[in-house]
Amino acid sequence: MNPLIEMKNISLRFGGNQALSDVSINLYPGEVVGLLGHNGAGKSTLIKVLSGAYKSDSGQIFVEGSEVKINNPQDSQRHGIETIYQSLALADNLDAVANVFLGREKINGVVLDEDTMEIEARKVLDRLRVKIPSLRVPVSNMSGGQRQTVAIARAVYFKAKVLIMDEPTAALGPEETQKVGELIKALKAEGVGIFLISHDLHDVADLSDRLTVMKNGRVVGTVNTKDVSEDEVLGMIIAGTTPKHLANK
Amino acid sequence: MTQPASIQPKKSFLERLPSLSILGPVVALVFMTAFFGFSTTTFFTSRNLSQILQQVMIVGVIGIGQTLVILTAGIDLSCGVVMAFGSIVMTKFAVEYGVPPILAIFAGIAATTLFGFINGILITRVKLPPFIVTLGMLNIATALTLIYSKSQTISGVPDALLFFGNTLKFGETQITYGVILMLALFTLTWFILSETAPGRHLYAVGNQPEAARLTGIPTDRVILVVYTVAGLIYGIAAWLLVSRYTVGNPNAGQTENLESITAVVLGGTSLFGGRGMIFGTLLGAIIIGVLASGFIQMGIPSTYQLLITGALVILAVATDQFTKRKS
Ligand SMILES: Nc1ncnc2c1ncn2[C@@H]1O[C@H](COP(=O)(O)OP(=O)(O)OP(=O)(O)O)[C@@H](O)[C@H]1O
Ligand SMILES: [Mg+2]
Repeated sequence: MNPLIEMKNISLRFGGNQALSDVSINLYPGEVVGLLGHNGAGKSTLIKVLSGAYKSDSGQIFVEGSEVKINNPQDSQRHGIETIYQSLALADNLDAVANVFLGREKINGVVLDEDTMEIEARKVLDRLRVKIPSLRVPVSNMSGGQRQTVAIARAVYFKAKVLIMDEPTAALGPEETQKVGELIKALKAEGVGIFLISHDLHDVADLSDRLTVMKNGRVVGTVNTKDVSEDEVLGMIIAGTTPKHLANK
Repeated sequence: MTQPASIQPKKSFLERLPSLSILGPVVALVFMTAFFGFSTTTFFTSRNLSQILQQVMIVGVIGIGQTLVILTAGIDLSCGVVMAFGSIVMTKFAVEYGVPPILAIFAGIAATTLFGFINGILITRVKLPPFIVTLGMLNIATALTLIYSKSQTISGVPDALLFFGNTLKFGETQITYGVILMLALFTLTWFILSETAPGRHLYAVGNQPEAARLTGIPTDRVILVVYTVAGLIYGIAAWLLVSRYTVGNPNAGQTENLESITAVVLGGTSLFGGRGMIFGTLLGAIIIGVLASGFIQMGIPSTYQLLITGALVILAVATDQFTKRKS
């Protein structure tokens, strides 16, 4: 079986800073791959290459076995990749409904179909069980958790093949975080492939099939979650070396 | 405990934006109108009111283009002289080259649209700041207008170019076609901005360009279209200009460069981009016109009008800063 996504030998420099060196990673349908690493390891940069936010200097991207060029976020969306950004990427002055559908509005003739968009937005948001009293206030007036939920709802609504989640629960409380966990399991069961980035090792370990650890823009190693202990993963993150017997692709 | 809230009654886009920005200009206008109405006997005549509308027509129409530009967090310093260039092209084509009037008008509008397009290309492709690009274009368009017209006024303009100077009479009140066109353009722009997807993208791009880009909005294309459409609107303003003054005047448009920005700011649109309403600009333009007219009726030198307008601009921007910080 071809992987859903394969990124091969991706490198990217920001001025004098080699943010990614020769990074390769892949993702199969119905699989969750957790991306781990210290601050500045290059996790967000890597997934931003896949989401079209950045263009890599070199390397290849394959979607379901065929090579694709991802030059901008639209290209990525066209290949069925949806992204929840660490920065959330919300337009603060617009309300929750407008943000969920931003760039892909439902229209009725030429006019925005506000009612349909609100009903649909409400449906996805309800699935996440976050209390948002009004979807019609600017998201700048919302709490961090509510904003995060809007960003998740946007990515989930469009029925992606691949979902990228960069710190999706950073602003959420335990109950909401658990709902996001359930959502991930449900999407996984539907065959969606998910890249999950989180600082919470427990969360990632619970939800991921494989773990890829990064350090200084390089992949330290990729391991099957069930083969490793938490201490061994911490060792990979901190020391940047994979114990020989665990190395796996 | 969390539970899904029920669907809220639909609110229009207008209700969803901060109201202080539109309340300010409305209150200012009501106050001024009342003041001038009580202080003079001539202010509240239909003749005077339609005169005011005619006087704000040019700034109003240019202000539409300026509002679109400012909503993207840009600025256009060249709008007035680009309009002047368009009016010279129109009149010269019609009068000196004997081109059919409709084609001459078309050529003038094409010229201003091209200016807007070039501004847009320099801003989105070459990544130059709008302030610098349009400052350069202000000088270029001024020079080209004077060179092309040889600094001569062009008269003997055919009727088609004067079309918008015709008036409709409602009893005592006369309204020029130009004023009606201005109101129609404001309404059309309102519709696009608040009821269509491109309008929403414009707000998103002005508000948070990077977020808009990440959601898949082609931000550069939005900005390019905005500057180009603004150029087209200055071309329409050029036609109104010729209609109003019946000549092609190479020295026209110089006050409108900044006055249009004044109208936009007085109307509550944020210079930071992404926040504002098109009808605010109409109010802003009318405020300028009411001040000018009222001061003339009261026999106060126009210098004082400048003084008050300046103070109002600062007040409007301060209000905007406050609103921004609060949110
Ligand atoms: N737009 C940018 N311009 C310049 N340097 C950047 C840019 N984005 C990221 N970097 C640099 O690239 C490196 C990797 O950053 P990245 O954001 O990918 O790390 P991360 O693993 O996501 O960290 P965190 O856990 O803090 O989110 C860092 O050194 C960062 O400073
Ligand atoms: Mg990151």
